[in-house]
Amino acid sequence: MNLHEYQSKQLLENFGLPTAKSVVAFSVKEVSELLNELNGKEFVVKVQVHAGGRGKVGGVKITDNKDEITEFARDWLGKKFVNHQTGDEGKPVSAIMIAESTIIQKELYLGAVIDRSSQSLVVMASPEGGMDIEKVAEENPEKIFKINVNKNKKEDFDVSTLVDGLELSPSQTTEFKKVVTGLVNLFFEKDLSLIEINPLVIDENDSLKCLDVKINIDENALFRQEDLLELRDSSQENQKEIEAAKWDLNYVALDGNIGCMVNGAGLAMATMDIIKLSGGFPANFLDVGGTVDKERVAEAFKIILSDEKVKSILINIFGGIVRCDVVASGIISAVSEVGVDVPVIVRLKGNNSEEAKKILYESDLNIISADDLSEAAELAVKNSG
Amino acid sequence: MSILINKETKVICQGFTGAQGTLHCSQAIEYGTNILGGVTPGKGGQTHLELPVFNSVKEAKQATEANASIIFVPAKFCKPSIIEALESGIELIICITEGIPTLDMLEVKELADNEGIRIIGPNCPGIITPGECKLGIMPGFIHSPGKVGIVSRSGTLTYEAVDQTTKVGLGQSTCVGIGGDPLPGTSFIDVLKLFEEDPQTEGIVMVGEIGGSAEEEAAEYIREKVSKPVVGYIAGVSAPPGKRMGHAGAIISGGKGTAEDKFNALESAGVRTVKSPSEIGQSILEEMSL
Repeated sequence: MNLHEYQSKQLLENFGLPTAKSVVAFSVKEVSELLNELNGKEFVVKVQVHAGGRGKVGGVKITDNKDEITEFARDWLGKKFVNHQTGDEGKPVSAIMIAESTIIQKELYLGAVIDRSSQSLVVMASPEGGMDIEKVAEENPEKIFKINVNKNKKEDFDVSTLVDGLELSPSQTTEFKKVVTGLVNLFFEKDLSLIEINPLVIDENDSLKCLDVKINIDENALFRQEDLLELRDSSQENQKEIEAAKWDLNYVALDGNIGCMVNGAGLAMATMDIIKLSGGFPANFLDVGGTVDKERVAEAFKIILSDEKVKSILINIFGGIVRCDVVASGIISAVSEVGVDVPVIVRLKGNNSEEAKKILYESDLNIISADDLSEAAELAVKNSG
Repeated sequence: MSILINKETKVICQGFTGAQGTLHCSQAIEYGTNILGGVTPGKGGQTHLELPVFNSVKEAKQATEANASIIFVPAKFCKPSIIEALESGIELIICITEGIPTLDMLEVKELADNEGIRIIGPNCPGIITPGECKLGIMPGFIHSPGKVGIVSRSGTLTYEAVDQTTKVGLGQSTCVGIGGDPLPGTSFIDVLKLFEEDPQTEGIVMVGEIGGSAEEEAAEYIREKVSKPVVGYIAGVSAPPGKRMGHAGAIISGGKGTAEDKFNALESAGVRTVKSPSEIGQSILEEMSL
């Protein structure tokens, strides 16, 4: 789950990390009153959406003119923010954040993520702040410094590698240690999967300040992070994916025209891959999971068909515990119930698959049965033209 | 031989009386697995599937001398369940449950590594030595005892590989589902090492997917340490970056973890790769006939 910048910033503050003073406006008329709470002459205004690269398309403004801030609010609030990260549909802007401007001496990067290889929390820092850290990792990997923190010994870590890499002064080092401690505590206590403070700056008073932050939270831990769950802004998420999640279906929209319905995440990816190998384009990833019953198949059809691009549907089920003939009957009743009007290609493998083929063959619906995965994909491609 | 489990393996189940535990334990018992009892706190003293139920793993271990535990408890209770098994001297822990917080696994994995105890999973189909012991949710009937060791991050893709290796007449020594989470208890390398040492295993099928770098690390290991033929498949060539594809661990982030990189790493380590999972059976048959 992603958070908005202003929500993430609040979390930083709760864990004692220094930030620039800011306010959040949800409507144009609040802006002038909220501005009274801020000091200084210059302000940074940013649209609040779950996407990076906001500055390049006018989603960030630095100004000393308060009227321009109101104008910015009028231009953006209630509108859609569109860039390469959001796709054509964009993300709605329902809030803007206004922060006191900071005079920057130096921009740094500080982030943390669970590293799969070392199986520990890795805290990363770089003197190349303000830039795309992935680019730094590619072009100047020697400018990224890392330390590992063990969960069972989280008080016991040494930041000197990072301090040396960032070339911090003694007073900055003291502050930096507090920042890293706060970051590690935040990560572990709030079940983060990623945090990036970029930039972490040294301001005109030689102090550290977090000027932008991105936080991802582990979806699997939301059951124990109720306060964070309340921060979820579903307007920023794909509506079909939300609908699918209600039915415990794992759906990801793609841009092709062949709908997919598969049991198991690995097999669902493999099915997309084979469609591509056969010269077609998958419209989605969809894992129906272990229970392939009529209701879930019907819901899966509805979600797949809500994408108007879909011209054929490929169902690929490996019947392990679940019997293929039961799945076949479920597919048939779901097809007639939902009113599926595109060809449906079905490949059922495993438990009772012969019986299933017979059931599909005998139905008078637009269902084509296939034996082999490659054959099924070719049929799906042929029928999508 | 075989790896990790065989007909001597003494098994208990945590989450025994729940729906999943009941379903899959009955199937495992029918398959011939040596399940000796189960654990459900508060139900100790009862009998379930004609086997004793215990309040704790410690009691179960004392009464049955079990050395393996299969866990079906809900995700939010998995951490304490795994730790309980660790602390009771269970040597092999198989966790089927999906949806365990990553930080829970981080903690549990540190403890298990310190104790030298093996965890398989979580978010996995489990492990099976065909004809001897089935600890998981896989359909038993597609397996046959034989020569191919299978290791995979995906459940249903493992079944595809099993089905095909059965049909080409090779059969399987042991099949291990290491699971689709970012921090699996057992890695590809752990399993490859065991297959290399196991005389029954004559060829290896490895099924990976996008996300992380476990396949690249495994490729390095294969290059240096594995002499047996390996066939590799990676799911997710068509997956878009930045999107989690069902499994918690299946995500391309920051340009890292693509299927292309993994295919390249495996190929450069001398692994025969297949672009379609339907070619797994035939390819391993060819590699093993060389």
